[in-house]
Amino acid sequence: MIFLEFEKPIEDLYAQIEELRQMEQKTGMTMADKIERLEHKIKDTREELYSKLTTWQRIQVSRHPERPYTQFYSNYLCNDFVELYGDRTFRDDKAIIGGFGDLNGQTVMFIGHQKGHNTKMRQYRNFGMPYPEGYRKALRLMKLAEKFNKPIVTLIDTPGAYPGEDAEQRGQGEAIARNLIEMVSLKVPVLCIVIGEGASGGALGIGIGDKLLMLENTWFSVISPESCASILWRSWDFKEKAAVALQPTPQELLKYGIIDEIVKEPIGGAHLQPEEMAKTLKKTIIKHLAELTKIDPQTRIENRIKKYSAIGQFETVNV
Amino acid sequence: MQEPRKPWWKRLRKGVDTSTEEKLETPDGIWHKCNGCKKALLVTQLRDNLHTCPHCNYHEKIDAEDYFDILFDDKKCEEHFTELRSKDILHFVDTKSYEKRINDAIENTDLKEAMRVMVGAIGGNTTVVAAMDFRFIGGSLGSVMGEKISRAIDLAIERKAPFLIISKSGGARMQESAFSLMQMAKTSAKLHQLAEAKVPYISLLTNPTTGGVSASFAMLGDLNIAEPGALIGFAGPRVIEETTKRKLPEGFQTAEFQLENGFLDFIVDRKELKEKLTKVLNLLKK
Ligand SMILES: [Zn+2]
Repeated sequence: MIFLEFEKPIEDLYAQIEELRQMEQKTGMTMADKIERLEHKIKDTREELYSKLTTWQRIQVSRHPERPYTQFYSNYLCNDFVELYGDRTFRDDKAIIGGFGDLNGQTVMFIGHQKGHNTKMRQYRNFGMPYPEGYRKALRLMKLAEKFNKPIVTLIDTPGAYPGEDAEQRGQGEAIARNLIEMVSLKVPVLCIVIGEGASGGALGIGIGDKLLMLENTWFSVISPESCASILWRSWDFKEKAAVALQPTPQELLKYGIIDEIVKEPIGGAHLQPEEMAKTLKKTIIKHLAELTKIDPQTRIENRIKKYSAIGQFETVNV
Repeated sequence: MQEPRKPWWKRLRKGVDTSTEEKLETPDGIWHKCNGCKKALLVTQLRDNLHTCPHCNYHEKIDAEDYFDILFDDKKCEEHFTELRSKDILHFVDTKSYEKRINDAIENTDLKEAMRVMVGAIGGNTTVVAAMDFRFIGGSLGSVMGEKISRAIDLAIERKAPFLIISKSGGARMQESAFSLMQMAKTSAKLHQLAEAKVPYISLLTNPTTGGVSASFAMLGDLNIAEPGALIGFAGPRVIEETTKRKLPEGFQTAEFQLENGFLDFIVDRKELKEKLTKVLNLLKK
């Protein structure tokens, strides 16, 4: 188990249990009562800590190295999930994956960012930072879904689109921009869900749809707190301050009407009970797709344009 | 030669590129050191050349108003949506509050926002032109710019007039967080409507066009065109160098680089901008 900084009290309790277990083995005396009490205490402490997460703590949970990613969800949620590769032009990007699966009797196209759970896989997945071909692969799969009238679910979890030389050369900006305009006019339902990090254009590049949901311990912002701090405060040391200022949590974004719903996570975060999380997510997806499927394509596209056109806060003065 | 609407000394005062260090007053007049070749140029000479260097053709940053002067027939145009003002929705405070940043920008420039929208004729073609001004918080994309583009698109559809955006921006306005990010979605949604109405959209990318602007409307033109030497890219050069720990090659992310890699239709010298645009608009009309 990997503990986050703020989970130190929980870590300590686990350590106490471990000590008791070792003592049990050594002495043969049963410590069951004490262990049970400590387990209760862990549960209470966890509930307490997670009921009042600060913005920065929530961001840490969203980046927890054991957090479930797109591959886990698509395999767990679907029967017969078939992954599809490649943008048909340049190569297969490993930071965005996608494919068809049977979700509760309905074929659904799942597309999402993918990170790795160990050093080797993290590098293989480029830390969830797509190249332009990742966005182009995503678009190819969306068009495929549209052709066969299958709804699309996108799972967002990226620290940003990859800021590298070759990514620029192949048109990172153009690839993201193309997805934005193409996703607006997809005839099929598109449900977007932030499952971890939602940074900037890299997140939005697969984030245009009929509904935008966020898991409880995630964030979505124009820039990562670290980059924001380095630009506005000229130092990464201000990342927590930047995080608060950006108001990137689902709770804040729901209040501002930027997102449509928060999906509750198990106490202690999605990584603690991934299967529970997947079950909740499944129910949520089924509910929303059922509603969205009822709408005819023309109205669906018009609704999307109306929704996005209405986003923005400004003042109107007399001139 | 185009004559600016305002006396040149007033223009000079508000010019972003002519910082105090670069200005040198001599009995012959005021000199400007070219940001490209570093040669000293008479400001009057630079102005006559539409702020491009007669020696190295470096295109200095110019204001939205300068583009309107260059583009519109007889410099005649009507401004729209001047009533929109930015708002500190999130009460965002970094080294200063966003509210103060907005007010300072209004006070220190003759602008109310980072974008101005005009309707006028370019070589006889009525055109809706939305131009950014880098002096206003780096031409950053926020709710007001998004709304201005949105309304400009409605206007272009209503009048069946081609739409031109002149980009010059460091990207999204961080102080509006998710609201500024969503302007990328908003403008793309509106551009879809414009495309459905078969109204031409030309995107002119000038120095610099980066970040969220380059990853939305600036790259979505029916024609993407750029000024020579303009910095164009999604990630800024500094961020890339920090990520890859390598120095970028000469000419990386210039307009010429983007043309070579297939992301621009052509590069146009500022001195030929009006003529070339007129040609394109006429061809699209025929
Ligand atoms: Zn020069």
